[in-house]
Amino acid sequence: MHSAADEAFRAEARAWLRAHVPAEPPPSLETEEGFAAHRAWEAELAADRWSVVDWPARYGGRDAGLVRWLLFEEEYYAAGAPGRVGQNGVSLLAPTLLAHGTEEQRARVLPPMATGEVVWAQAWSEPEAGSDLASLRSRAVRVSGGWLLSGQKTWSSRAAFADRAFGLFRCDPDAERPHLGLIYLMFGLRAPGVTVRAIARLDGRPAFAELFLDEVFVPDADVIGEPGDGWRIAMAAAGNERGLMLRSPGRFLAGADRLHRLWRARGEPESARARVADALIGARAYQLFAWAAASRLAEGGSLGPESSMNKVFWSEYDIALQETALDLLGPEGEAADTEWAERYVFALAGPLYAGTNEIQRDIVAERLLGLPKGRRG
Amino acid sequence: MRFLLDAEQRAFTGSLDKMLTAADTPAVVRAWSRGVHAAGRALWSRIAEAGVFALAVPGSRGGLGPLPVELAAAFVELGRHAVPGPLVETATAAVLLAGLPEPGPAGRLVPALLSGEALATVAWTAPYALDGDTADVRLTVTGEGLRLAPGHGPVRPSLDPARRLTPLDPGGELLLTGPPPARALVYARLCTAAQALGVGEALLDRTVTYVRQRTQFGVPVGSFQAVKHRLADAKTGLEFARPLLFGAALTLDPADVAAAKVAAGEAAYATARAALQAHGAIGYTAEYDLSLWLTKARVLRAAWGDPDSCRTEVLRGAGRR
Repeated sequence: MHSAADEAFRAEARAWLRAHVPAEPPPSLETEEGFAAHRAWEAELAADRWSVVDWPARYGGRDAGLVRWLLFEEEYYAAGAPGRVGQNGVSLLAPTLLAHGTEEQRARVLPPMATGEVVWAQAWSEPEAGSDLASLRSRAVRVSGGWLLSGQKTWSSRAAFADRAFGLFRCDPDAERPHLGLIYLMFGLRAPGVTVRAIARLDGRPAFAELFLDEVFVPDADVIGEPGDGWRIAMAAAGNERGLMLRSPGRFLAGADRLHRLWRARGEPESARARVADALIGARAYQLFAWAAASRLAEGGSLGPESSMNKVFWSEYDIALQETALDLLGPEGEAADTEWAERYVFALAGPLYAGTNEIQRDIVAERLLGLPKGRRG
Repeated sequence: MRFLLDAEQRAFTGSLDKMLTAADTPAVVRAWSRGVHAAGRALWSRIAEAGVFALAVPGSRGGLGPLPVELAAAFVELGRHAVPGPLVETATAAVLLAGLPEPGPAGRLVPALLSGEALATVAWTAPYALDGDTADVRLTVTGEGLRLAPGHGPVRPSLDPARRLTPLDPGGELLLTGPPPARALVYARLCTAAQALGVGEALLDRTVTYVRQRTQFGVPVGSFQAVKHRLADAKTGLEFARPLLFGAALTLDPADVAAAKVAAGEAAYATARAALQAHGAIGYTAEYDLSLWLTKARVLRAAWGDPDSCRTEVLRGAGRR
């Protein structure tokens, strides 16, 4: 289905992965030890320019384009390669910098992101604001040469061990509409005035953290775009092609394959037959949907609200897949020290983060189907 | 990479859509359900003239194909417009007959199917054939081979009033000894999946229009989150079945086609349930046009391979890779 050149790229990726993927998976990246191991893996990928294949070459990528990124991801997950500790930066901050950052910011921020030297956490959410980012209250106050951040962020993924964070702050409390007074910026998690308190997720691992910010100084150089323009910039990133690819098809193709093998190893129980088949069907659907979306982008189209449909699909799909696996494992499914358990707990968060599925369904209904707006909730 | 319809393919489906919209298909379906076939046959001729059945048959046998992507795209339109009659069966019969040696009945029948002069039906995966009383060409596939059935048995109604179920008489001329090409079954499933997707699209379109207009508690029903979310899920199901359909048309792999059949059938049926719920009692009436698609969504799910047998095919295919 792909061009010979694309298939050659795929073959090159496959050969590299076969030679480099560790035989034993590293510890969970939601532990200090695992975080360090995954950081080292990022460096190994980056050494041969496999960490960010779709980025421009000057920042460490291969200018590979979306289709080849999809092919790379298929090979990556099929090879059983480790989870990506740099993902928040790579999939959320990097596209924003590529679209809205300055050349100075890109040259400074992107290369160490590509190597895992600087791992980024997202700092969107606040205690009183979930999917309603327009209600953010943490503020940025103008001072000479920069801004002072104060307030509290929470549910900040990877922040327990990460180096830096990016997020939205209120810079103009008097703005005409609440989402107009926001600034998008980057700050250090070890900067003076930052306190990080790890939060354990359901399985006890510190997969996220809350951040207490007390007059944390951010130089003007770390502001992305214009103050007051933060909402627009952040939303452009949310709806863009990386938003669509938030979970790459390769992940689910490999997951469905694993599930199918587990089912066969368990003697093909009839009770799970339909669900295993549906996992295979769903992975293929997601793959082809992504390829079609990539084609549309290549032809100059845009995605926008389609990424909301995509998000609902993969997050529900992921949970169904992992639940089926746990059911197949029976009593063994309770054991928490398995990759299945890790994937299950991770999947449970899918419908919550990156905009709850309720918000996504509203977007699908209003913007793809043209249904009238109503009160949320 | 070919994952989107090109301009020519879009123009083809666009013209088919325009022709079917102008044909007032709901009136045609209702007549067909009453056993009055004149309008349906006239529409059938125009569908055949547009080349729909010819897409299933190679150029060497008088067709335009095989062009499975175009065929699937055309069947989405036929489903969207609730066109009645043994559409999938005629396309499948054309594939079966075009695979036979030129001299003999096959050589005579293929042109009649492609021109729309003759409707065909096939009894293969089910104990009956669709519209066997209306069809001009009746084929039976058994372990023994492919036969031209001499006639049909008593007519039974279908859950979809536009469909009639008829067993075909045993015997008749033996056209082929041994199992017919598996390709024919793949085409039947592909066309059914496409038709189901079109049925789902029509159900969703009509429901969206309805809930924007119908008000309760002083606001449009479509502004309620419970309604919106159910329709958003219907939309998502249909949009993820679509790439499976066209991906399967490209590969014609039996497992891919079975996957498309499951996804399109389930998405269309889930949409039918959502559509009925969002319409309320009016949707439950036969006089309201929604019923034309509601009943079809259910029966297409089982036609040419029910979800269970298609899932088995998917698992078998995954084991091969």
